Amino acid sequence: MEDVAIVGVGCTGFRPITPEFSYKEIMFEAATRAYADANVNPRKDIDAFITCGEDYWDGHSIFDEFVPDQLGAVLKPLFTVSADGLIGLATAYMLIRTGQFNTVMVEAHSKASDILTFTDIVAFGLDPIFNRPLGGHPYYIAGLEMTRFLHETGTTKEQCAHVVVKNRKNALANACAAYGADLTLEDVLQSEPMFYPLNRLDTSPLADGCIVLVLASNHVAKKLTDTPVWVRGVGWNSDTSWLESREWGRAIYAELAANMAYKMAGIKNPPKEIQFAEVDDLFSYKELQHLEALKLCGRGEAGKLTEEGITQRDGQMPVNVSGGALGMGYAPEVLGLQRVLEAALQLRGQAGRRQLCDVETGLAQSWRGIPTATGAVAVLSREVK
Amino acid sequence: MSAKIKKYAGHPLKSAEIREGKVPTARWRPKAKYMWSAGVAMSRFLNELKNGRIIATRCNKCGRIMVPPRVFCEQCFKPTDNWTYVKDTGTINTYSASFIAGDASRIKEPIIVAIIDLDGASPGMGIQHKIGEINWKEVKFDMKVKAVWKPPEERKGAITDIKYFKPV
Repeated sequence: MEDVAIVGVGCTGFRPITPEFSYKEIMFEAATRAYADANVNPRKDIDAFITCGEDYWDGHSIFDEFVPDQLGAVLKPLFTVSADGLIGLATAYMLIRTGQFNTVMVEAHSKASDILTFTDIVAFGLDPIFNRPLGGHPYYIAGLEMTRFLHETGTTKEQCAHVVVKNRKNALANACAAYGADLTLEDVLQSEPMFYPLNRLDTSPLADGCIVLVLASNHVAKKLTDTPVWVRGVGWNSDTSWLESREWGRAIYAELAANMAYKMAGIKNPPKEIQFAEVDDLFSYKELQHLEALKLCGRGEAGKLTEEGITQRDGQMPVNVSGGALGMGYAPEVLGLQRVLEAALQLRGQAGRRQLCDVETGLAQSWRGIPTATGAVAVLSREVK
Repeated sequence: MSAKIKKYAGHPLKSAEIREGKVPTARWRPKAKYMWSAGVAMSRFLNELKNGRIIATRCNKCGRIMVPPRVFCEQCFKPTDNWTYVKDTGTINTYSASFIAGDASRIKEPIIVAIIDLDGASPGMGIQHKIGEINWKEVKFDMKVKAVWKPPEERKGAITDIKYFKPV
């Protein structure tokens, strides 16, 4: 089986609203950028296309019927992954590994600003018999999880606030990010209480945007680019949908997705073999919970490491140099590709002002957001290994 | 049904029994509301409908004049090049007569729907709309039709600014 590399990336940039463009026009822009970056003509050179999205986000029944035109995918094999883009990347990886497809595109898009009733759409994702009739804003689920996580690990709200300050600041150096800001710990801790223990600034605001990646098999990748980013391992899974049965203090889905990806990539000692990570931070505490789940640090250590600056851009283990979801914005189903995009740019040495020194291997991880317990992980490297 | 069991106890469920709450169910009306940005291409198209005109875009590479207008050519995968008006007349490409209304009720006078290839647009480019002022049995392939517009003051920048197409 051939190795698989990312050979092209395209991003529109993320913005709170984009009333001037339709979602199709946004997707066309990201796709055009990715194909130019990969130096491919989608009408000739792409064997299969993967779209990641969800009907209720887009507001169309069968949204995927509306995507071929703007991706160059008319009358070409198209797959729908109704999940986060990182699971789309895993699907692209598998398609190429079958040997039947040499070049595969994966995209995820968000036009969240088109949704007038976001809270109701999220609430519609709750169990209709057991949970939904109780009412309330479904983000209380993040509050439930954070309470338990802080309790079990001794992590503090201040340490979570450090994540917000770091990621919003990192976003200032990322032209693709919607929410770059220079905040203080007090700004975060004194922002309005939302879903205890979460304050307003602990949550990622919504954003519009699209990311398109082009992946290729080894022999095609080497022809297309001098800077392929190799997908060395992927993993993903979903926990039970019963909220009541989740292990609230831990992100089990992330632990198991990481185990799967590490095994595939031959990673034995994650903190040593991985130089930087892009992890889900939809809510501030999630970054810490995920770092521990990914074994990039020990249980209960992530908050302390963050406080000490280890996860800063110039720290020993930079985390979310892109700005994360807190800085780039919550684009439903695009979060995983936001993380992959940054990892790919860093490994290519094309991250501009954010560029990290001498990075060989990075990790991208995603969570599908409230109310899911679905996560995915990809290990990416400059070398095939 | 198992070979050993010839008859189950009870009776098949009736919809009335479900309505009356004799069967446990969960009800919910989703509050799913959207306001889609029409975008560059469709915004211009809708604004031109208010003017009683149909606008298209042209791709210089394949030469197609496309309705509805789009900012990219899906065949050549490149941005389209210029705007151009097409006529509000065309020919019927295919048609159907719907005897069932949107609420699934039966209607006597069918709604005639057609795909209309618009004059001035490339083959395979046109508009799906209703056909009026004709008995559905009289509708034919390649029949020439023309748009019947709402009066200017009633137009809202919507596809329904054209009431229907009628034979010419």
